[in-house]
Amino acid sequence: MGWEISSVARRFLLPVLELLAVLFLVSLGVFLLLSLVPGDPAVAVLGEGRTPAEYDALREQLGLNDPLMTRYADWLGGVLNGDLGTSLVPPQTAVLDRIASALPVSLELAVLGLVMALAMALPLAMWSAYHQGGRADRAIGAVTFALLSMPSFLIGLILIAVLVNSLGIFPRNEWVRPGDGLAGNLSHAFLPALTIALMEAAMFTRILRNDLVTTLHEDFILAARARGMSPLRVMVSDALRPSSFSLVTVLGLSIGRLVGSTVIVEYLFALPGMGKLVIDAANQGNYPVVQGAVLVIAVIYVGSNALIDRSYGLLDPRTRRARA
Amino acid sequence: MLAPEPVIVRRRDTRAVLLVTGLLLLAAGSALAVWASGTTVLVTLVRMLVLVAGILAAIAGLGRLARAARGKPVDVVFWLAMAWLVLILGAAALAPWLPLGNHDDSVAGLTAPIFAPPGGLGADHPLGTNNYGLDVLARAVFGARTSILVALLAVLIGTVVGGLVGMVSGFVRGTTDRVVGVLSNALLAVPPLILLIALGTVLDPSIRSIAFALSLLTIPSMVRLARANTITVAQREYVLAARALGANRMRLLLREVLPNVVLPVLSLAVVMISVLVVAEASLSFLGIGIEQPTPTWGNMIAEGQGGVMEENPFIVVVPGICLFLTVFSFNLLGERAQKRWDPRSAKL
Repeated sequence: MGWEISSVARRFLLPVLELLAVLFLVSLGVFLLLSLVPGDPAVAVLGEGRTPAEYDALREQLGLNDPLMTRYADWLGGVLNGDLGTSLVPPQTAVLDRIASALPVSLELAVLGLVMALAMALPLAMWSAYHQGGRADRAIGAVTFALLSMPSFLIGLILIAVLVNSLGIFPRNEWVRPGDGLAGNLSHAFLPALTIALMEAAMFTRILRNDLVTTLHEDFILAARARGMSPLRVMVSDALRPSSFSLVTVLGLSIGRLVGSTVIVEYLFALPGMGKLVIDAANQGNYPVVQGAVLVIAVIYVGSNALIDRSYGLLDPRTRRARA
Repeated sequence: MLAPEPVIVRRRDTRAVLLVTGLLLLAAGSALAVWASGTTVLVTLVRMLVLVAGILAAIAGLGRLARAARGKPVDVVFWLAMAWLVLILGAAALAPWLPLGNHDDSVAGLTAPIFAPPGGLGADHPLGTNNYGLDVLARAVFGARTSILVALLAVLIGTVVGGLVGMVSGFVRGTTDRVVGVLSNALLAVPPLILLIALGTVLDPSIRSIAFALSLLTIPSMVRLARANTITVAQREYVLAARALGANRMRLLLREVLPNVVLPVLSLAVVMISVLVVAEASLSFLGIGIEQPTPTWGNMIAEGQGGVMEENPFIVVVPGICLFLTVFSFNLLGERAQKRWDPRSAKL
């Protein structure tokens, strides 16, 4: 009986506790780090040339004169109540509002990029694995390896040079919110999303191709073929699912990279997303915004990785049984 | 691409045929590439495609020549990549003593032409000048110096610290292991670039602090790898034998575990170099990393923004190619190293 309780605790409680510990450490780290920002926040808000009394009053108002731990407790209490503080630099709106208007842009770009990457990677990987060692396989391998060595801002610049400046196909440097017309939104989001997608597609293709090649040597594939199923049917209905383990693991890791390339792409195309918010705030020393944005990004990131950890059971019943 | 190709010896592939076709391909390919890079007849897209086709043809030709000389297939791409690494590392190390132009003195740059186009070998500015009249070739070489120095420093710190912590944590297990696990998970909980931007808000943009910030990216994965390898090694019989012979923990760690953990950790380190070169470039591109006038490839590429790239493509092309070739070469080297020394994690 005691053993059962402890095993239940081990299975469900410990991961949750570890997750909470990680999030707590992240919030502490973010807070401590940004309280070390050089320069006086009061000067950042008021500008230079005010009287010391004015600065001091503002510092008191912002709570900067309190001990560090009190400030952390205040901040964390606010965060738990959905209050991330106010921006130091005008417009002095609530950080939460800034994030609420920036987050959808980044999420749209990231999701669109991920979908495009998968849409490119699945057929390429299947084609490549089916013709293993052939010309197409080697060409796809070479191109994806080269793409992996290309930072996303370089890919973005090349796409801009080719598609925007030379061929004039896509618009640049504007953002249309989905509410103001979906077509306009998608045509503005396409190029940034493609920039994000290319690198991920290269990674996914390589991973999935390697796993598919292993799976295609298994007996059940031979059996399916012997029964006269078409290669495409065998690929899609028999080989794909058992081969997508590494892909799902990489998907989890790639979310971190995805956030990074979204930041860069937003900067490159001047889109009003989280990346632009963080970079601008970082350049202005606007630490409440950086704190809030980093915390939100970290929570989303940790949460999605935890979800991916749970998704293995959907792919392979054996891990389901091992866990239950 | 990188798996050894099946050796199919066809009758017409005699040495003479290989030599002739190889030479022809090499000559035609290089001619095509040179023409495409200079011409203004074609639109950018077609020009790029022709350029790439030319380079690929030249490489294929080189491959045939090498095969004719050695009598068996040679992986030319790998050797070209290694040659590039030697070249760029050598140039970066010797940069102050090379006869290069002005790379960061914008006052002296006042007298030099602005946005001079690349003049080729022997000209005053072989790869042109930027908006301050600074020499692009000199900046690319000194940029290599900064970029690679930062990446190497960060990898060194990350490997030593992460490797040691991971080894100890995997060897001792228990509470230490759990604490280390939570700490490294906390570091992994913030996406790398966001962590760097947050650190960039605080740290001054010097080489030392950027290297420190980058090393934080490598530590968690190093810890994980070293820990996982230590756990498997620690269960081996020879470790048990050494323990039975009375070796203490320190000796076990250093003499039995370390030699078996070092190679996978080092091969990850090579892969990490290219990741960090990209991270540093991204940071400098965003204007948070190393600041002008000190050149790095990232901030050189950033100079192309705001309409500059359209007028003067070389401003972006030169550092872009350096960055791509260096990352590509380190990736290739890292992949080879992982295949040989750490087959389990060589997934890509």
